[in-house]
Amino acid sequence: MSFYGNWTTGSFSSGVEELLLRLDNHPKIKKLTFSTKKLDDWDSFFMAQLILIMDFAKRKKITIDTKSLPKGIQGLLELAYSVPEREGARKQKKKTSWIELIGNSLLSAKVELKNLVTFLGDLIQSSFSLIKGTGRFRFVDLMTYIQDCGPASLPIVSLISFLVGLILAFVGALQLSLFGAQMYLADLVGLGMTREMGALMVGIIMAGRTGASYAAQIGTMNVNSEIDALKTMGFNPMEFLVMPRMLALILVMPLLCLYADFMGMLGGAAVAIGLFDISSTEYWTRTELAVQLKDVLVGLFKASIFGILIAYSGCIRGMQCGRSASAVGDAATSAVVTGIIFIVISDSLITILFNQLGI
Amino acid sequence: MTQACITIKKMTMAYGDFIIQRDLDFKINQGDIFVIMGGSGCGKSTLMMHLIGMIVPSKGDIYYGKENLWGSNASNQRLLLNKTGVLFQSGALLSSMTLGENIALPIAEHTELNKKNIQEIVDYKLSLVGLAGFSDFYPSEISGGMQKRAGLARAMALDPEILFFDEPSAGLDPISSKLLDDLILSLRDNLNATIVMVTHELASIFAIGSNSVFLDPESKTMIAEGDPKKLLKTSQDERVIKFLSRSKKK
Repeated sequence: MSFYGNWTTGSFSSGVEELLLRLDNHPKIKKLTFSTKKLDDWDSFFMAQLILIMDFAKRKKITIDTKSLPKGIQGLLELAYSVPEREGARKQKKKTSWIELIGNSLLSAKVELKNLVTFLGDLIQSSFSLIKGTGRFRFVDLMTYIQDCGPASLPIVSLISFLVGLILAFVGALQLSLFGAQMYLADLVGLGMTREMGALMVGIIMAGRTGASYAAQIGTMNVNSEIDALKTMGFNPMEFLVMPRMLALILVMPLLCLYADFMGMLGGAAVAIGLFDISSTEYWTRTELAVQLKDVLVGLFKASIFGILIAYSGCIRGMQCGRSASAVGDAATSAVVTGIIFIVISDSLITILFNQLGI
Repeated sequence: MTQACITIKKMTMAYGDFIIQRDLDFKINQGDIFVIMGGSGCGKSTLMMHLIGMIVPSKGDIYYGKENLWGSNASNQRLLLNKTGVLFQSGALLSSMTLGENIALPIAEHTELNKKNIQEIVDYKLSLVGLAGFSDFYPSEISGGMQKRAGLARAMALDPEILFFDEPSAGLDPISSKLLDDLILSLRDNLNATIVMVTHELASIFAIGSNSVFLDPESKTMIAEGDPKKLLKTSQDERVIKFLSRSKKK
């Protein structure tokens, strides 16, 4: 077998495969020798083709004489064949049937559920030790988290809740004006924001903002063995890492919700006063009449529950995080998804419950 | 002097059904610099995680002195583990805290000292590892070697009787690695501590190791134990000699 010219990456298609196919039809061939006198330039492309030929020869039990190859090529070949391929090392690509897929996802759902409940149990235990006064975390950490999820998130909360109030007012006004009842715009926005939208919007913002950041923080600590280090020093990561984060959210969420309620009403007022000729005094009087303390408290209650759920989903995803960079990303993503699912489900449940109770 | 400090009896390590190492049976004596060695992926670090109580062995027992690590209740286990200090491969300093706060953390947790006394101890520990004056630096502001030394200072914070090192010289240049070896030796001699280290750094193994166990990934068990220098001379096992002499010769 003689090689001519340039055998470098991208130079041409080698034709080696066709050649091997043709060789396949000549079972009498017992030995292969190479001539590379006219070979000009070669790189990994040539080596890969050569290995293709060698493997073919091995399968067909054809003896190969590599002595005529240049020294460099011989050395590289020796290196390539020095450690035999480990059996079973190549990953088998197999098709999984859809029944198998369903089964697998059910099994992993079971594990996931168990993890969620175990984490909840640990969390409750840590809460007890916190109440008993034996739970330990650094006070300065709690302050940092409060600063981080409270004042630092005011701009985004302002923007979103103002606009949500504005949207509520717009949608409502169009319907109400059909009956000439624009006066009730204030009621709609006020009740909508306090009972529902304020808490929900703050919940979703904080799930995206703080929940993701908790998951990433704790996940990175996991990657760096920081959590292992904490454990070896006798700290319970649940008390030390999760508790201050959760407390911060429980404390801050109702305040943020109250603020969002106010911003939403401001947005509603902007529409009412600007577009529907309702005077500002009228708007505020209607709001005062419509919105009772009870409604505000319902919203604040929801916000606290959302706070717990956001911290829960952020922290559990962080603690479950694998030990790679992409695992941290996955943890953050899944923290947000879990958080939002929890928020929406619990919101529905609470709303139905309060409705039944007549609150 | 040759009192057993940690005894491992018939221990099997496994993740679920997947066995990593089985039938581990060895002793770590007081004052040893004990090396856990073996090729990559043989379960050295996992063995260390078992020894420091982070993973429950799937079979067998670990004794600290005469007490079974997993045979007693949680608070007793904690007391046993309080005698240990661990340096993780990356240092594992808490990145949100300064070096000083990192070292102060276990001291504040396990002692009744006041702030001023804690700070004095922190400064002393930092000076032991050659980082005097770095108390207010964050881990991200110093080099990898310094992080490792700070991690060591934290591991030593409570004057542990047993110090564990996971690949102490990984990622260090030869000079820093030599300095770390010297530091480990002087810690053993001056604090009378027992050192357990996971490593495959031959230079360190021969320079400071006084006892060892060799884990083999193929047969999934230990195939040699004893002073690494003697092992090199007396071992009949090809795998051990190959590892210790860096060559393919029998």
